[in-house]
Amino acid sequence: MDLLEVKNLDFYYGSQKALADVTLNIRRNAITSLIGPSGCGKTTLLRCFNRMHDLYPGNRYAGEIRLQGRNILSKNEDLINLRSSVGMVFQKPTPFPMSVFDNIAYGPRLKGQRNLSFLREKVEKALRQAALWEEVKDRLKENAGGLSGGQQQRLSIARTLAVDPEVILFDESTSALDPISSQKIEDLMTELKKDVTIVAVTHNMQQAARVSDYTALMYLGSLVEYDETEIIFTRPQKKMTEEYVLGRFG
Amino acid sequence: MSKARYLNLGFKSLTFLASLSVLAIIAGIFVCLLWESLPALRHFGIFKFLFTADWNYAQESFGALRPLTGTALTTFLALLFAAPVAVGTAIFLTELCPHRLRGAFGTAVELLAAIPSVIYGMWGLFVFAPFLEASVQPLIGKTLGLLPLIGFFFQSKLAGGVNVFTASLVLAVMITPFIASVTRDAFNQVPATLKESARGLGATQWETIRQVQIPYSRQAIGGGAIIAMGRALGETMAVAYVIGNRHAPLDSLFAPYATITSVLANEFNEAAGLQLSSLFTLALALFLANFLALYLGKKLLKKEL
Repeated sequence: MDLLEVKNLDFYYGSQKALADVTLNIRRNAITSLIGPSGCGKTTLLRCFNRMHDLYPGNRYAGEIRLQGRNILSKNEDLINLRSSVGMVFQKPTPFPMSVFDNIAYGPRLKGQRNLSFLREKVEKALRQAALWEEVKDRLKENAGGLSGGQQQRLSIARTLAVDPEVILFDESTSALDPISSQKIEDLMTELKKDVTIVAVTHNMQQAARVSDYTALMYLGSLVEYDETEIIFTRPQKKMTEEYVLGRFG
Repeated sequence: MSKARYLNLGFKSLTFLASLSVLAIIAGIFVCLLWESLPALRHFGIFKFLFTADWNYAQESFGALRPLTGTALTTFLALLFAAPVAVGTAIFLTELCPHRLRGAFGTAVELLAAIPSVIYGMWGLFVFAPFLEASVQPLIGKTLGLLPLIGFFFQSKLAGGVNVFTASLVLAVMITPFIASVTRDAFNQVPATLKESARGLGATQWETIRQVQIPYSRQAIGGGAIIAMGRALGETMAVAYVIGNRHAPLDSLFAPYATITSVLANEFNEAAGLQLSSLFTLALALFLANFLALYLGKKLLKKEL
């Protein structure tokens, strides 16, 4: 069974239909890229996976998204629980206005964890996983706003890792970073897929080709083609996919 | 030079003169206040003037301690009452209020700030003070008033409802809209993804507001509160109505007292000699305090982002 199974998903912003009949399965411990021109619905799809859309009024889903078999679009879904198993990293880093340590410990503390030695361990582990520990181990008490942009983005990843998610959603998470910092995030994603499943929205075609195992092309709210990355970039089934990956439209 | 260039030069000089006149007026007021204060400052000395509680017309002995503490106390209490209400209002306006009602609520809050202060004073004196005296004062007297050591400060001693508590509350109502609107603007500046990050980790809306949004905006909220404090410091008419302008030791929260502004408003007309100069010194102190509050507040607001 795949970790995430999307079946006939429609999504509406108010009366505007943004996703139409999307069906795809996200494989466990792999990186899946969502690509497509602006407005194609890739970010909208990504934000369905942790039901971030529910924060705003008027949004509506139809169809199914199953996480380990459980339909997360059901009315009874516990969103707080869902969001801690489906983490999200945004385009721009989002350090909370608190220390590096408190940023990472934020999630575990929300769950009621108060034991300091447990938290210390958790913070160190998450920072090591995010390849940030060596750089910040002496700055844990400093405000996270003082870190560089790339460090802040890895901090955001570490903060997500600290709540032990099944899936991490990356929403163009390298597009605001310099090439070296972006490279570090890409390496990190490859490293992390041992432990978690990654779904990444990206505008950067080379990045999708480099890091992801699977790639889905979307257009006007629909899924055009979804396959192994190598196939999408070398011998796609659809003409549209070929033209898109060659940069002829988009 | 062409005509256009002459006009341009004329335009430049005109705007320069206009802005210069603002500086000149401020400098002029400062110099006047200082000049008129000199007799009192010379006679009593700065230190003695600031820390003496006397206000005796017959013996021509004047000290600023009571008006200064009165202003400080009413301003402090006003901020204490206003800040939670204002932050709560801002949270409601930005996060909870249905979109359709946001405009109406926002305007209502701003309307509070547009009411002339003399109307607040009249309302405070004729409506609010009797109400507080009949309902709130006895309640506090029966609860906080029974505490050992500090209880006396919460006992009602003089009738009328004209006292420090009423003045602070009226001031609080007056500065709430300002703090609320600065706080609302600050909350609107919080990046959506920052809130979503907190929600994405499993925080509830309340946890996000309390742990992320308010700390993120704290400088702006602080700046707004300090500028509001400046307004409360200098608020004259409303306070003059409801503070009682009484030169006596403050023995209760529910006793009349004096503030810088109430003393100025009540006594300026009939003052002469040292008393007049002492009033000018009070005005100078208020001017400087206001200046400082505005400077600090703006500095905090600017640092944001």
